[in-house]
Amino acid sequence: MTQPILAIQNLSAGVEGRQILKGINLVIRPGEAHAVMGPNGSGKSTLASILAGRDGYNITGGEAIYCGKDLLELDPEERAREGLFLAFQYPVEIPGVNSTYFLKAAYNEIRKHRGQPELDAMEYLTFVKERMKILNVPEDFLKRPVNHGFSGGEKKRNEIFQMAVLEPKLAILDETDSGLDIDALKIVAIGVNKLKRPANAQLVITHYQRLLNFIVPDFVHMLYDGRIVRSGGKELALELEETGYELMVNRAAVPA
Amino acid sequence: METKTDAKPKQPMMENGPYLEKFERFEKGAKGPAWVLAARKAGISHFTELGFPTLQDEDWRFTNVAPIAKRPFEPVVEPTRDAVAAKALNQFTFAGLSGSRIVFVNGHFAPELSSVAKLADGVKVMSLAGALASDTALVEKHLFRHARADANAFTALNTAFFQDGAFICVPAGKAVAEPIQILYVSTAKDNGTTAHPRNLIVAERGSQVTIVESYASLRDAADFTNSVTELVAGDNAAVEHLKFQDESQQAFHIATVAAHFGRASNVVTHSIALGAKLSRTNIYATLAGEGLECILNGLYLTRGEQLADHYMIVEHAQPHGASHEYFNGILADKSKGVFHGRILVRPGAQKTDAKQTNKNLLLSDDATANTKPQLEIYADDVKCTHGATIGQLDDESIFYLRTRGIALEKARRMLIHAFAGEIIDRIRCEPVREELDKLVWERLEQNEQVALNP
Ligand SMILES: Nc1ncnc2c1ncn2[C@@H]1O[C@H](COP(=O)(O)OP(=O)(O)O)[C@@H](O)[C@H]1O
Ligand SMILES: [Mg+2]
Repeated sequence: MTQPILAIQNLSAGVEGRQILKGINLVIRPGEAHAVMGPNGSGKSTLASILAGRDGYNITGGEAIYCGKDLLELDPEERAREGLFLAFQYPVEIPGVNSTYFLKAAYNEIRKHRGQPELDAMEYLTFVKERMKILNVPEDFLKRPVNHGFSGGEKKRNEIFQMAVLEPKLAILDETDSGLDIDALKIVAIGVNKLKRPANAQLVITHYQRLLNFIVPDFVHMLYDGRIVRSGGKELALELEETGYELMVNRAAVPA
Repeated sequence: METKTDAKPKQPMMENGPYLEKFERFEKGAKGPAWVLAARKAGISHFTELGFPTLQDEDWRFTNVAPIAKRPFEPVVEPTRDAVAAKALNQFTFAGLSGSRIVFVNGHFAPELSSVAKLADGVKVMSLAGALASDTALVEKHLFRHARADANAFTALNTAFFQDGAFICVPAGKAVAEPIQILYVSTAKDNGTTAHPRNLIVAERGSQVTIVESYASLRDAADFTNSVTELVAGDNAAVEHLKFQDESQQAFHIATVAAHFGRASNVVTHSIALGAKLSRTNIYATLAGEGLECILNGLYLTRGEQLADHYMIVEHAQPHGASHEYFNGILADKSKGVFHGRILVRPGAQKTDAKQTNKNLLLSDDATANTKPQLEIYADDVKCTHGATIGQLDDESIFYLRTRGIALEKARRMLIHAFAGEIIDRIRCEPVREELDKLVWERLEQNEQVALNP
C-alpha cells in the first residue's frame, strides 16, 4: 500500500487545564478526500490548528506522521513547504502587507523547498492569472492588503485562491463553507475539485452536509467531544444531517 | 517600567556656568548684524534662567538629559579641517537623490560638498551665515520669530551659539520640483563636541517645495547636535519637510522644528528618528491662518539602549484648520520611545479638526513606550481626537504568514515593515519615500532582535 499522506494515531491535545482532543485516529492516503463533521466545540478547528502548527496546545499523547515525517516536530512554515495547507476558518486581516508580495513570497518559498527555480515576474503573473480565472477571483484581490477589508465570503475565497496557487499535497479546509451563499460555495467547490490530483488529498472540515454535495468525500468522520465517534462513506454525512449529532452519538454509544 | 526619577534638585549654576563663560568668549569672536547678537544675548540669558530640564519638568518626564547637562560639550567653533571626501557622503541615505544639496560638516557649511541645481528665479539655497550677509532683510523678517528661546533651554542655547545652517527661500508662486537636501555630517572622533545648526526655511505665498533635512555621522562618538529649524509656509504654500536623523548610536540629538503655517497652506512634515543614543525632536506647529491642512508624521525605530522622544505642540490659532499627527514607534531590545502630543485650540479657532495617533510596537519585553496626549481646547465647535496604542506583533498574523511557508523572521519583518509603512506611505515625494522604505526594510533585516520573542 502507498504511504499515507497523513497518519494520526491516538492524538490527544489540549490547552492548560483542559483536554480538547482525546485520542484521534485518522489515516489519509493519496487521492482521498476526507470530511470531518461535528458540532461546534467538538475540536475540529483544534485538530486543524495542531496539524498546521499553531502554538499554545499541549500534545499529551499520540502522533501525527505526515509523508513519513513527524509532523508535530516541524515549524508551521516547514509544514507549509512540505505541502500542508490550512484554509482558515477565520482568515486574518493583515493591513499593510501587500497581497501580491505576500503570495509571491509564499509561492517562491515553497518552490525553493521543492528544488524548483523561482519563476520570473512574467511567468509568475501568467500562472497567478490563470488560477484567478479558475476561481473567478477579482483582480483587485491582489492589489489589496492581505484580507484587509474583505467580506467574510471574500476571505474564504481568498483562502481557496491561495491554495490554488500553492498547490498543497494536503489541503485542510476549516469550515470554508460557512458564511458562503450557494454561488460562492459552488465556486469554492469547483476550485477544490479542479485542483484535485491523484497524489494529493483533502481534509474538509464542515458543520453542514451542504458542501459535501459539491465536494464528494471518500470518507466521512464524525468528531464529537474530541473523539472520532463514527466513520463511514459519503452517506454518513447525510445520515448525520438527518439524525443530528446528539442522537448519532447516543446511537454510537450503544453497541449494536 | 519607568526609570526612577532623579530626586536631586537641579543645579543650574553648576551646569550653566561653563556655557556662560563659553558665551563670553564666543561673543567676542561672533560676526553678524547687531540684531543677531542681541538675539544671542537674549538666548544665553534665557538659557541661564531656564537651565537644562530635569525629570521633574512635566515636558521632560520620560527623557533624562542629565548626560548632556553634565558633560561640558564644546562647540566646534572653527570648521574642522578634517576634510570629508565627497565620496564619503555616498554612504548616506538620500545620497542618490537628484536636486540641490547643501552640506554641513560639524555644523559648518562645506561648499565643496554642496551643489545647488539650477533653480527657479529668486529661489535661494545657501548657508544662513551667508544669507545674513547677503539677504539680511529677508532673513531678519523670519529668523528667531518662531522658535522660542524663552520656552526651551535647548532653543535658547542654539540661539546663543549657532554658527551656521541652511537658508532656503522659495519666493511667492515659485515651485521647486526636486527635493532640496540639507545634510549635516558629524565627523566627531571625540566625545563631547557640539554643533548648533540653525535652519531657516521660507516658502512664500503660493510656492511649492520639498525639503529633506538629514543628520548623519561618519564616526561613532558621543557628540551633541542641538538643531533648530524654523519653517515658514506662507498662504497657499505647499510644503513637504522631512527630518531624517540617523546619527551614531552614541550621539545626543536635540532638535526643534518650529513651524508656522499660513492660510490655506498644505504642509506635511515628517520626522524619522533612527539613530542617536538619545534623541528628542520638538515640533511646534502653529496653524496661523484659516482653512489650512497639515500632517505631522513620524517614525522612530530604536534598538539597544536608544531613546527616541518626540514632543509636539500643535496650536490651532485660526478657524477651519485641520491637523493630523501620526507617529509610529518600533522599539527593540531595551530601547525606549516617548511621544508627547499637545493639541492647543485657541479661542475662536472654531471648526478645528485635530487628530493624533501614536502607535508603538514593542519587539522585546524590555522595550518601553511612553505616550502622553494632552488636549487644551478653548473653542467649542471643534473635533479633536487622540489615540495611542502600545502592543506587540500580532501572533495570529504571524501564524497565518507562516502557514503559507514564510519563515518566522520574515513574517515578523513583513509585519514590522507594514507598521512602518503606515508612516512611510504618507511621504509624498516618491524618490524619498522609496529610499526610506528600502532603508527601513534593510534595517529590519539587520536587526537580529527581530528573530526573538516569537
Ligand atoms: N486556545 C484555546 N484556549 C481555550 N480553549 C480552547 C482553545 N482552543 C479551543 N478551545 C476550546 O476547545 C473546544 C473545541 O474548539 P474548536 O476546536 O474551535 O471546536 P470546533 O472547531 O469544532 O467548533 C471549544 O470548547 C473551545 O472553546
Ligand atoms: Mg471551528
